[in-house]
Amino acid sequence: MIRNQLLVCAGGACITSGEKSVKDVLVDELKKNGIEDEVQVIETGCMGACDLGPIVVVYPEGTFYQKVTAENAGLIVNEHLVKGRTVDGLLYTEPTSERKAQTSGDIPFYTRQVKRVLRNCGVIDPLSIEEYIARDGYFALGKALEMTPDDIIQVLVDSGLRGRGGAGFPTGRKWKATREAKGSPKYVVCNGDEGDPGAFMDRSVLEGDPHSIVEAMAIAGYAIGAEQGYMYVRAEYPLAIERFEYAIGKAREYGFLGRNILGAGFNFDIEIRIGAGAFVCGEETALLRSIEGKRGTPSVKPPFPAQSGLWNKPTLINNVETYANIPQIITNGAEWFRSVGTLKNPGTKVFALVGKVQNTGLVEVPMGTTLRELVFDIGGGIPGGKKFKAAQTGGPSGGVITADYLDMPIDFDSVKEIGTIMGSGGLVVLDEDNCMVDIAKFYLGFTVDESCGKCTPCREGTRQMYQMMERICDGKGRDGDIERLNKLANMIEDTSLCGLGQSAPNPVLSTIRFYEDEYRAHIYEKKCPSHVCKHLLTYSVTPDKCVGCTACARQCPVHAITGEVKKIHVIDQSKCTKCGSCYEICRFSAIRKE
Amino acid sequence: MKMNLEDRLKENPELKKQFDVLDAYIGELGTPEGSLINVLHRAQEIFGYLPDEVLEFVSSRLNVPRSTVYGVVTFYHFFSRVPKGRHTVTVCLGTACYVRGGNAVYEKVMRTLGIKAGETTRDGRFSLDLVRCVGACGLAPVVVIDKDTYGRSTPEKVAMLLNKYA
Amino acid sequence: MKSLEELKRIKEQTLKEMDLRQAKERGKVIVAMGTCGIAAGAKDALMAIIEELEKADIHDVKVVQSGCMGLCDKEPTVEVAMKDQPAVIYGDVNDANARRIVREHVQGGNVVADLVIKRENI
Ligand SMILES: Cc1cc2nc3c(=O)[nH]c(=O)nc-3n(C[C@H](O)[C@H](O)[C@H](O)COP(=O)(O)O)c2cc1C
Ligand code: FES
Repeated sequence: MIRNQLLVCAGGACITSGEKSVKDVLVDELKKNGIEDEVQVIETGCMGACDLGPIVVVYPEGTFYQKVTAENAGLIVNEHLVKGRTVDGLLYTEPTSERKAQTSGDIPFYTRQVKRVLRNCGVIDPLSIEEYIARDGYFALGKALEMTPDDIIQVLVDSGLRGRGGAGFPTGRKWKATREAKGSPKYVVCNGDEGDPGAFMDRSVLEGDPHSIVEAMAIAGYAIGAEQGYMYVRAEYPLAIERFEYAIGKAREYGFLGRNILGAGFNFDIEIRIGAGAFVCGEETALLRSIEGKRGTPSVKPPFPAQSGLWNKPTLINNVETYANIPQIITNGAEWFRSVGTLKNPGTKVFALVGKVQNTGLVEVPMGTTLRELVFDIGGGIPGGKKFKAAQTGGPSGGVITADYLDMPIDFDSVKEIGTIMGSGGLVVLDEDNCMVDIAKFYLGFTVDESCGKCTPCREGTRQMYQMMERICDGKGRDGDIERLNKLANMIEDTSLCGLGQSAPNPVLSTIRFYEDEYRAHIYEKKCPSHVCKHLLTYSVTPDKCVGCTACARQCPVHAITGEVKKIHVIDQSKCTKCGSCYEICRFSAIRKE
Repeated sequence: MKMNLEDRLKENPELKKQFDVLDAYIGELGTPEGSLINVLHRAQEIFGYLPDEVLEFVSSRLNVPRSTVYGVVTFYHFFSRVPKGRHTVTVCLGTACYVRGGNAVYEKVMRTLGIKAGETTRDGRFSLDLVRCVGACGLAPVVVIDKDTYGRSTPEKVAMLLNKYA
Repeated sequence: MKSLEELKRIKEQTLKEMDLRQAKERGKVIVAMGTCGIAAGAKDALMAIIEELEKADIHDVKVVQSGCMGLCDKEPTVEVAMKDQPAVIYGDVNDANARRIVREHVQGGNVVADLVIKRENI
């Protein structure tokens, strides 16, 4: 008889912070106390609060233990489970009220979220198909198979679901087009490439609730008339690949994949295809080439994949999070789906809240939630008392949302108006220490690396832009650079072949729009206002703070610092490479950076 | 003169074993159509990198032109044409890691090992790679060494991390 | 898997196994598991209660453990706190008494008078 269950978060971040050894200690301690038959340890998908990991939740109490380590995990067994005493030291302390939170229900990070896509993540064992079924899993497939394909598509159209892969295209319309397209066989593809660096929503769904995607893809197969599905996952996500593979196997065993599914005469199966590290493969036409085993170069649209996709056959391609919504829409109906979010953007959106924010992690909120709620109410604000500067969305294809727009509801349409895109959900918070010119350069560097080389504007144009940005950051900016950047950017946008090139200049355009003064400071004053761009910095010793400890002189890799013990030190600017080692090592804040 | 593969396999049972594993994997594929990338992944797992003879073998086994195989291998960052060190250090420079100081970590690793991304130390101990996000952004900046992921890394921690891998 | 019927069966069965993770609203049974409680047999009481609830098919009552309630000579002690009712603390809860408490109090709604050591003020 099981009296307690320990749910251990095995999401990417928790594994990184030592989940495996925590789990081993828990299992060991249970055995030592002879209660391994009464207490079950279950590894789940990402619970979202990555910053608090590793996380262990004890049921039935629901006690939420955070930052558990191999050293203190034993306490959970020896105190909580053996003696019934909550381990106060491992509870989360709410920073404002300084109250200890007993369960996740006491933590604002959780209470403000609406979990739909993530409803099973961190709640069920992703390896257990039974637990998925217990949470109504595969009932949507059962229901769908009793409906006509047209009815299913109508429900999706009515729901107003828009693709979560970035562009926000109406999903129902896409399904309809693929169903109506001539040609056979047809294919169902799931885009799990998640190329936006700094985003991990899809990864968490695939790791934490893989069956929801298997089920959705099967429903899609039935609705559009396909018997074969492909799941494309990036190679950087080995655990997602492993769990999805396992889920496919289980689904076959239970007859949710294979022949004559649920006795309805419908056949469907899924194969996994692994990416190999090419960002452009997230773009749908490139992804399809990659599934075919070829170089992942994009092609001009139209024809759209719905008409001519995989092996030139009609192909439905949707993002992981888009699929994750589908079983629940079938089960609960279009009206239910519309009950949260806004009129044109119904439902929820999962964001990967990262960067300069207190509570990093995965959050799911209704569409139309404001940036302020995301960053401050859920995210707990900026660490170290720093000032919020902007949030970057849409990765290398996107731009920034500045402090002036903190109260703007975020959805596909509103962010477009201020020159960025929703993207797939990466939300990188930047504070006053981040230089916007540097960030734009970073994204551009990414595009230069990732441009597939097929079309000239993207291959050469982004490189030219990058060189200009590099010059600006190196203090060699020239009058007219801003205008030149704008002109080149517009040209690349207009003439590139695929979405990668067409959106590549966005980070630059967006930062010029809101932070032109920072660009000007770099170009005309040769100053980086945020003290980031190395070549625009000068390090010097503040004489009245220097105690002559010699630490900086010993640290300096190029021996640019001279001075004797207990005498004020001096930096030779002609030798200084601006590596910042002296700034880091000085314990008396005597090195000035400006 | 370069010996042909068959003769070399006769002399080198280790190598033969590796080719047998790859051969068996290809044999088990249900639909070889479009499986080239999956096969290359498996081959890199087995051999550690993708030398000419492996590519030629894959080409003839899958009946795909050699030019296509080379084209694919050189297109994707994941595939390596040169042998890797015993350990692979991968520094994440995805956005989350970058804004939280991943670059300083990367520079420190470069300085410590004396190599750049894509290179291997002379003693064959470490290879260095860059990636754009491993999905642990909550703990940025992130360094991955072989299969171990380290979050909240700093330039100061680099030496300590590297020392764990002989 | 041949039918929806079969799917429902798996769901029902697994829900029981996942029962611990559901929100339980009707009340809770708290077993004091301090050192003295354990020495006096609190673990047997705990397991008996869980078993008995299972037998009676009761899934809306949570069983939780607490530290010592400070009534060491009456250990094992168990508190039954049903929603909208005053909490009751029972003493000397051995296996058999634990089962009685579940049957009579949790299921039947009647306080097991002879085992009560303390009642919350009404
Ligand atoms: C350069 C580029 C990269 C993209 N990367 C991804 C990605 O990583 N994941 C994704 O789902 N969609 C990505 N997309 C969008 C896809 O092309 C496609 O629109 C999407 O998979 C459609 O699914 P949805 O309608 O469900 O959003 C990318 C597009 C471009 C232009
Ligand atoms: S950006 Fe480094 S792990 Fe995501």
